[in-house]
Amino acid sequence: MLRTNLTHILSEQEHAKLLQENENVMVCCGRMGPMCIPVYEVMEELENEYPHVKFADMEFDIPDARVIRDLPECRNFAGLPFVVYYKNGKVVKATSSIQSRDQITSILDQYFGQEVKETATK
Amino acid sequence: MNHYDAIIIGAGAAGLTAGIYLSRAKVKTLILNEGTVGGQMVLTHEIANYPGIESISGYELARNMKLQAQKFGAVIKSNIKITSFDLKSNPKRFIVNGKDEYTSDVVIITTGGRSRTLGVPGENEFKGKGISYCATCDGDFFQDKEIIVVGGGNSALEEAVSLTKYASKVTIVHQFDHFQAFEHYVNEAKNNPKIDFIMESKIVEFIGDEKLRKVKIQNQRNGEVLEKDIDGVFIFIGYVPNTEMFEDVLELNQFKEIVVDKNMATNIEGVYAAGDSIAKRYRQVTTAVGEGTVAALSAAEYLNKFEKAEQVAEESVV
Ligand SMILES: Cc1cc2nc3c(=O)[nH]c(=O)nc-3n(C[C@H](O)[C@H](O)[C@H](O)COP(=O)(O)OP(=O)(O)OC[C@H]3O[C@@H](n4cnc5c(N)ncnc54)[C@H](O)[C@@H]3O)c2cc1C
Repeated sequence: MLRTNLTHILSEQEHAKLLQENENVMVCCGRMGPMCIPVYEVMEELENEYPHVKFADMEFDIPDARVIRDLPECRNFAGLPFVVYYKNGKVVKATSSIQSRDQITSILDQYFGQEVKETATK
Repeated sequence: MNHYDAIIIGAGAAGLTAGIYLSRAKVKTLILNEGTVGGQMVLTHEIANYPGIESISGYELARNMKLQAQKFGAVIKSNIKITSFDLKSNPKRFIVNGKDEYTSDVVIITTGGRSRTLGVPGENEFKGKGISYCATCDGDFFQDKEIIVVGGGNSALEEAVSLTKYASKVTIVHQFDHFQAFEHYVNEAKNNPKIDFIMESKIVEFIGDEKLRKVKIQNQRNGEVLEKDIDGVFIFIGYVPNTEMFEDVLELNQFKEIVVDKNMATNIEGVYAAGDSIAKRYRQVTTAVGEGTVAALSAAEYLNKFEKAEQVAEESVV
């Protein structure tokens, strides 16, 4: 299990359940390594700012991580972590390698809307 | 009001150490950090030369330093962007993310450094799709594949050797005719049958479709360009200090490193600097920690003098 404060996905079943129960999901599939840790940290921070998005991680090396590794959207990826964004259970975006907070929030805003920011200014 | 006694810019080894010292001395301290807390430590899989700890992952050491600084009361804001600032004003001012203002009486700059990129066409596009900056993270994606390692320093040669565990062939592309690495790294690379060399050459373009397929390599002597099919490229061409924002404000040397005196003081009163962003020879966690300590103690001493001076000024006005 990854040492983050995010929701951990430990099996294929948990992955399916998470997608079923949440409209907007961001899953970071990686290791406790240099390119992955910054992404987990940003996700931990964004959990408060994007309550309409479910943030989760999954260990890259467990067999069940094939649900991410084998996605056609990740076919050409060769850099950890693999990050996948789902809307209503469908992949809307996938990224490979380290991403900055700005890159992540622009994807979240583009695909999942800006619900929080509107709420925050009310 | 967002006023602090001290603001530290950067939360790597130097900044966190300064934060530990200052907050422990009851100095109200804010650490503003652009990226991940821990800085380059987080990029280091194993730190085996930190005295008193035989071996620790960089992530773990960074996490311990962060918790220690927070335990003493330092406030850390990470993943922020300083959009404007004034180091000469009194108090010193910072605007974060274009809206939040923070002020302080003293500032310590510990913005460290980052991996140098080649800055050639295709580099951004194929990051994570064939281009990597971390052998330990991404090496296993290149099992039995042909890769290139760019660079000629210690990390390039060390990582090239470590990547032969996975790759069928590693070609080192280096811009000069000699290496800037310790002899044992050079010998190890030269004696490895899986490693080839293309010297006095630079990658000038990355080419591919959904992933990297080829590179264009230009010979520096005759200008000839060679196109080479390749599965992956690992780039280790050194580090640049994160000092761009201080270029017109602080004294920097020709390498854009901040010039400091033995107390870690910069050319602006009340502004100190420490760690990889300063002009120095050895860039290590231990040196960053040492300089962070000196900067914090100097800053604390400055605050004492500053507060006394402020008090005298106020009294003389009355
Ligand atoms: C792969 C690798 C392996 C290494 N291995 C070792 C080792 O085994 N042993 C050892 O002793 N040393 C090692 N080092 C070197 C060591 O990690 C560094 O010398 C040390 O961590 C530098 O610390 P620092 O605090 O000066 O800077 P950094 O760690 O670079 O931290 C600077 C921080 O400032 C932030 N920042 C930058 N610009 C801004 C800005 N404008 N505003 C706000 N924040 C900003 C950055 O995001 C970062 O978090 C290694 C380095 C690397 C890259």
